[in-house]
Amino acid sequence: MEICSEEAVKYVWEGAIPLQIHLHESEVTTLPPPAPVLVLGYRIGYLPLLIPQIKPHFDSTLPPGVDTVWFDYKGVPLKWYIPTGVLFDLLCPEPERPWNLTVHFRGYPGELLTPCDGEEAVKWSFINSLKEAAYIINGNCKSIMNMSQADQYELWQSVLNGTLENYSRVVPRLKLGVLREDCKMRSISRSQQVTGETNDSLPNQTGRIPVRLYIRNVEDIDDLEGIGALDSWEKISYINRPVENHDEGGLFTLRRAMESLLPELFGPSSPSPGESKTKDEAGGEDGDSETAGGAQDAAAGEPPEAAQQETHTAQMARIRLIRVQGIVPGWDTPFAWVVNNLSHPDFFLHVCVLVSASQGSH
Amino acid sequence: MAGPHKWDGTISGLDFCEAARTFSQRWKEVNPTLTHWVWIPRPMISGSAIGEGVGYLSLENMCHQRSTEDLVVSECCTADEEQSVDCATLAQNDNRGIHFYDYHILYNFSYNVPVLYFRGYQYDGQPLPLERVKEDFPPHSSSILKESRWTFLTTEDHPFLRRPWHMLHPCGTRDWMKLLFSSSHLSKSEAVRQYLPSWLSVVGQVVGFNLPLAIHEGLSSSPVTNWMQPS
Repeated sequence: MEICSEEAVKYVWEGAIPLQIHLHESEVTTLPPPAPVLVLGYRIGYLPLLIPQIKPHFDSTLPPGVDTVWFDYKGVPLKWYIPTGVLFDLLCPEPERPWNLTVHFRGYPGELLTPCDGEEAVKWSFINSLKEAAYIINGNCKSIMNMSQADQYELWQSVLNGTLENYSRVVPRLKLGVLREDCKMRSISRSQQVTGETNDSLPNQTGRIPVRLYIRNVEDIDDLEGIGALDSWEKISYINRPVENHDEGGLFTLRRAMESLLPELFGPSSPSPGESKTKDEAGGEDGDSETAGGAQDAAAGEPPEAAQQETHTAQMARIRLIRVQGIVPGWDTPFAWVVNNLSHPDFFLHVCVLVSASQGSH
Repeated sequence: MAGPHKWDGTISGLDFCEAARTFSQRWKEVNPTLTHWVWIPRPMISGSAIGEGVGYLSLENMCHQRSTEDLVVSECCTADEEQSVDCATLAQNDNRGIHFYDYHILYNFSYNVPVLYFRGYQYDGQPLPLERVKEDFPPHSSSILKESRWTFLTTEDHPFLRRPWHMLHPCGTRDWMKLLFSSSHLSKSEAVRQYLPSWLSVVGQVVGFNLPLAIHEGLSSSPVTNWMQPS
C-alpha cells in the first residue's frame, strides 16, 4: 500500500473552513453596524493570519485605541496557536458552515490567551513546534536551527499562503523524512518511499512520532448535533506526547497508536502497550509506557489485576469520535499513512478526540 | 537511564514521578516550617478519573518582596530560616512591593526533561506580565539568559491548567544537565534522586528561586555542590 499519497496531501492543503466573522457588538460605533465578512480559513493555517483580510471591513467602525485582535466562538476565546482546522474539528462536532466566529479588536483576555501581536507571534509559535517535532524525530533541533534565512522565509511564506508546492521544495532540507510503514524508521524522501529504496534511512532517528491530542469530554448522547457548545477550555485535555511503535509485528494501525496514548479508553481485549514493559527497562525512550499511568504501573507485573483494572476504566469512558484534518479515519488505517498524509506543516499530527463518560461512572 | 558516561541528560516520565516524590519529601525534611512542594495528580482527561499517576509539583504563594530603595531582591518566607518574616504583616505595611509567585514543575514528554512554569501576581491577585516578572529576577539572571543559549523565557498555555503561564523553555535542558552530571559517578537511583534538586538549582538562578543548600547535603557527591558557585 502506498504510504505517501500526493493526492491526499494536496486535499489537506486545499482544505479550508468557510468562516463568517462578526465584529463584537461592543466594538461597533457606527450605524448601521457592519455586515459580517466571509473569509476562507485554511485548515493548516491560523486565525490571526486572516486579520489583514478581516480588518479592512471593520476599520471604520472601531472605537479609538490600539488593536489587540482575538476571536471567540460562542463566547469562548479561541487559542490562536492551534491550527484553524483543528479548532473547527474540536469545537464543532457537527460541522457548522459557515463557521460563525466573533472578532474583537479590544480587550484582549490575557488571563485566558497567551499574547499574540499578529503574524510574528504565529510564525514564532510555528517554528517552535517544528523544532519540537525535529527534536522528537531526530533527537535534536539542528536541522531547523541551521536553516538558511532564505529557506526559513520560503517555509513560512508557504504556510502563510497555503502553497504546497513551495513547502514541498523546502521540506527535504528539514531532514525530517517520511515515516515508513513500520512506524519505526523514516526514509529521506517521499519519492524514495514510493520506489521502496531501503538504504536511505535518516541517521540518528529516535523512532518517536510527534502527535498532539485534543480531547473533549462530551455528553453521552447519540446525536452529535445535540452536543452543547464548549464553554471553557478547562473541559479540553491537551496531550502532547510522541507515539512510539513497540509492537513486535503486525501492522501498526491508527488504533494501536491511539491505544498507546490512551490505553484506558480501549477495551480489555487488546493488551495495553504498557503492560508488557517492566520498570527496569534500560534506555531513555520508555516515555510512553508511563501513559499506562503510574498508578497502574504497580499492577503491570500482575496480568490478572491489570486486566481487571483495565476493564473497570474501559467502562468509564468511550471514544465517540476521532477527527484528523476533518476526516474520521478508519481504525485500521496504517498509522504511517495517517502521519505522512494528514500531519500539519509543523510535522505534528493533530488529533481531535471526543470522549463520553459512560453511564454509571463517577 | 544508562550508566553516567552514556547518560544524555534526560529523565523518563516514571523516573520524574519518583524524583518528584523524593524531592518534595526532602524539601519537607529540610524546611519543615516553609511552604511545601505538593504533588498535584491530574487525570489525563479532565472531568474523569482516567489516567491517574500523571501530575506535577506545585509550590504556591511564595512571597517576594522588592526593596524600593536599592532594588535589592530579598525573599521572605523562603530559604533563610532566620528570616521568618510574617508576610501578612509586610503586606499591610507596603502593598506595592509584594509580589507572589506560584511555581509548577511539569514533565515534558517531547524533551524528556522537567520544565518550570511560573506566574507572578500582586497582593490583590492581579497577574504580572512577563516584563514585570523579569524585574523581580536577580541581577545576574538576564546575563545568564543572554549568554547561554540553553533556555529562554516564554509565555505558553500551562498544559494542565490551559491558561497562560510563563516558562523556561526545555529545549536546552538535556545538554546542561548532562554537563552538570558529567563529573559525577552516580548509580541510576542516585541520579534520579539528585535530578530535581540539581535541575532546580540551575533554573532557579534565572527566576530568583533559591534552594536551601541543605537540600543537597546528605546526597553523596551532589553535582551541584561540586559545580555551583555561591549565589
